[in-house]
Amino acid sequence: MEIIKTQNVTKKYSGYTALSELSISAEEGTIFGLLGPNGAGKTTLIRIINQITAPDSGEVYFSDERLQSSHISQIGYLPEERGLYQKMKVGELVLYFAHLKGLSRSEALKRTKYWFEKFEIQLWWDKKVNELSKGMQQKVQFITTVLHEPKLLIFDEPFSGFDPLNTNLLKKEILELKNKGCSIILSTHNMESVEELCDHIVLINKSEKILDGAINDILSQFKTNTFEVIFDGNFNLHQATLSANYEITESSAEKGNNFLKVKLKDNYLPNDLISSMLQYGQIASFREIMPRMNEIFIRVVEEKNSERHEN
Amino acid sequence: MGKINSDFFFDTDFLNLTKYKMNKIFLITKREFLTRVRQKSFIIMTFVGPILMAALFIVPVWFSTMEDETEKTIAVIDKTQNFEKILNGNKNYKFIQIPETPIDTVKSHFSESAYDALLFIPKPEEKMPITLYSDKQPSFELKSYISNRLELEMQNENLKKIGIRQSQIDSAKVELSIQTIKWQENGGEEKSSAEIAIVLGFVIAIIIYSFIFMYGTQVMRGVIEEKTNRVVEVLISSVKPFELMAGKILGIALTAITQFMLWILLTIAITLPLKSIFFSDKSAELQNISQHVAQEKGQDAAGNAKIIDFIQTAGNFNFVSLGMAFIFFFIFGYLLYASLFAAIGSAVDNEADSQQFILPVTIPLIIAFVAAQSIIRFPDGNIAFWFSIIPYTSPVIMPIRIAADAVSTGEILLSGFTLIVFFILHIWLASKIYRIGILMYGKKPTYKEIWKWLRYK
Repeated sequence: MEIIKTQNVTKKYSGYTALSELSISAEEGTIFGLLGPNGAGKTTLIRIINQITAPDSGEVYFSDERLQSSHISQIGYLPEERGLYQKMKVGELVLYFAHLKGLSRSEALKRTKYWFEKFEIQLWWDKKVNELSKGMQQKVQFITTVLHEPKLLIFDEPFSGFDPLNTNLLKKEILELKNKGCSIILSTHNMESVEELCDHIVLINKSEKILDGAINDILSQFKTNTFEVIFDGNFNLHQATLSANYEITESSAEKGNNFLKVKLKDNYLPNDLISSMLQYGQIASFREIMPRMNEIFIRVVEEKNSERHEN
Repeated sequence: MGKINSDFFFDTDFLNLTKYKMNKIFLITKREFLTRVRQKSFIIMTFVGPILMAALFIVPVWFSTMEDETEKTIAVIDKTQNFEKILNGNKNYKFIQIPETPIDTVKSHFSESAYDALLFIPKPEEKMPITLYSDKQPSFELKSYISNRLELEMQNENLKKIGIRQSQIDSAKVELSIQTIKWQENGGEEKSSAEIAIVLGFVIAIIIYSFIFMYGTQVMRGVIEEKTNRVVEVLISSVKPFELMAGKILGIALTAITQFMLWILLTIAITLPLKSIFFSDKSAELQNISQHVAQEKGQDAAGNAKIIDFIQTAGNFNFVSLGMAFIFFFIFGYLLYASLFAAIGSAVDNEADSQQFILPVTIPLIIAFVAAQSIIRFPDGNIAFWFSIIPYTSPVIMPIRIAADAVSTGEILLSGFTLIVFFILHIWLASKIYRIGILMYGKKPTYKEIWKWLRYK
């Protein structure tokens, strides 16, 4: 079942279109990556899901029900631009947010204590928010987002402001939430974390969806059939022979460790490459070069933008 | 995942939702109230306010008691020899007749003498003015004491000259004070006092005006603060913008009411004991003087009657209806302006940008306050009528008219009704601006832009 499904959602602001005919579906219990350059319409989509704003046309479904205000308490949203009441005490602040989400007093207190212990921040309880560093405030913010144990979590750039250590901690927590059955929408420009965390991604550019699929499918869809080979043997001879049937994109020779990046032409299989290399020396390592989300992002968006120019 | 049959539960679902919503507004109100009440500035203002107010009552009394301490001695050169028995002085002034000396001689030795002033009374045929010489500015009180005494004596002398006897003069004396009685609708009568009405009405107008201003701008500042530190982004997924706005307005209203109540209590607490210290001997004195005066005039009861009269009149004053009017116009006036201030706060990114919107909002309030000063004198005029009906000015003007008793029940109801209607209209418009404004950053909004926001879905 889909936790969120949109059908032909369109939202226009005076002068420009934020979303046009956007249809996405995010499966329950998965991490759904919402990607796109700045100003593509991601925040608008998130705001529609959060019912902060309504679409001009199109439908949104939450767990197969038409989106309605009772769903709000089942969503946790960590916005990109975020802040806390600077003069409130940390403990009070977290409890306040928990109450707003409809938790009872005792339940709110119990869960807040749980999370404070988990993040090892019990000592901050009576500190004022403005005494905390930015990273610390981000932790508190994360807690306020997940405290009411919503079915759907929406994280917009959750890692900004975190050091690598805390970034890892956060990734671990996000995966743990997923394992507990939470559905997560992750919007970020950090492509590394997309590869690590997401099950499915959608790429939006200029209000339109330009890429949609399971992350593994997309990665293999963008494979370039390029292989990295490290071997022992006559480097020059290799190069000469191979270039007839293969495209060598990169090569280097260092202390007997010869390195090649080879792109297979159509109709050739990896085994063909291996067998043609076997005759010239020992293969130390052979692996396919997988495309990075980063490259895919740039390539797809640039292609789309140049298409637009031509039209 | 169980799917709720929403059709079946629709009705109760809706009720729960409403309760849920009220609960959120309550939570927001509570936070706003508690954080504000615990702020240092609130606590300081709570104590400084009554001290300032108490000072307003006490300092003048204190000054007057200080002045009373020294007795002034005035030398008199009376060439007519007629006024010695008239200028018999009182507690503050002592008159001493000195032999006739040239003024210049007195002047040259004046600073060494024990006299504070010299009163020179020439003979009528000398055609010179009566003059009070002093090396300091003589007090107004002294001057009027002397002139009153001399005038009275001269008038009596003139009357005697045309053959009227002292007994006739005495019997012609008149002591006049006008009593005002207001006919009530039920046919009864009550004593009224324009003076009390004016003072009370004006004090209420000042309080309402300044509280709307102070706490209205606090609403605006609160909204701007939430917007600039981006709390609003986090909140807005848990609560509806309207709930957020309503909670803030109500929370600050409670803060205002709390502050006001504390001020009243503390002012009374500070003023009462201090007043009794300063007034204990003073009021006894006043009584002595009035009795003394009354005895002189042979009208023992007159002074007491006057005091009783005043108390009665104050008692007749309709404090209940005025109090109710005060509470109503205070609350709804605040709500009307607070919703406008909330809309302004949501539209701008910082306080500096808010100026262009604040001015048009506050102008009617300022006009009302300025107009109040003339409306006090003509509380049943045309201007008074319209200003007490128009909801932007009625919170300040209507209490004045009610205090002056220059308004019919129908007018009060019309004014109250209009105010409520305008409040609903304004909070509706404000919430439309607010819900768009709080999530808009970076650009300085124009009126045109805000007009567009009003029409967004």
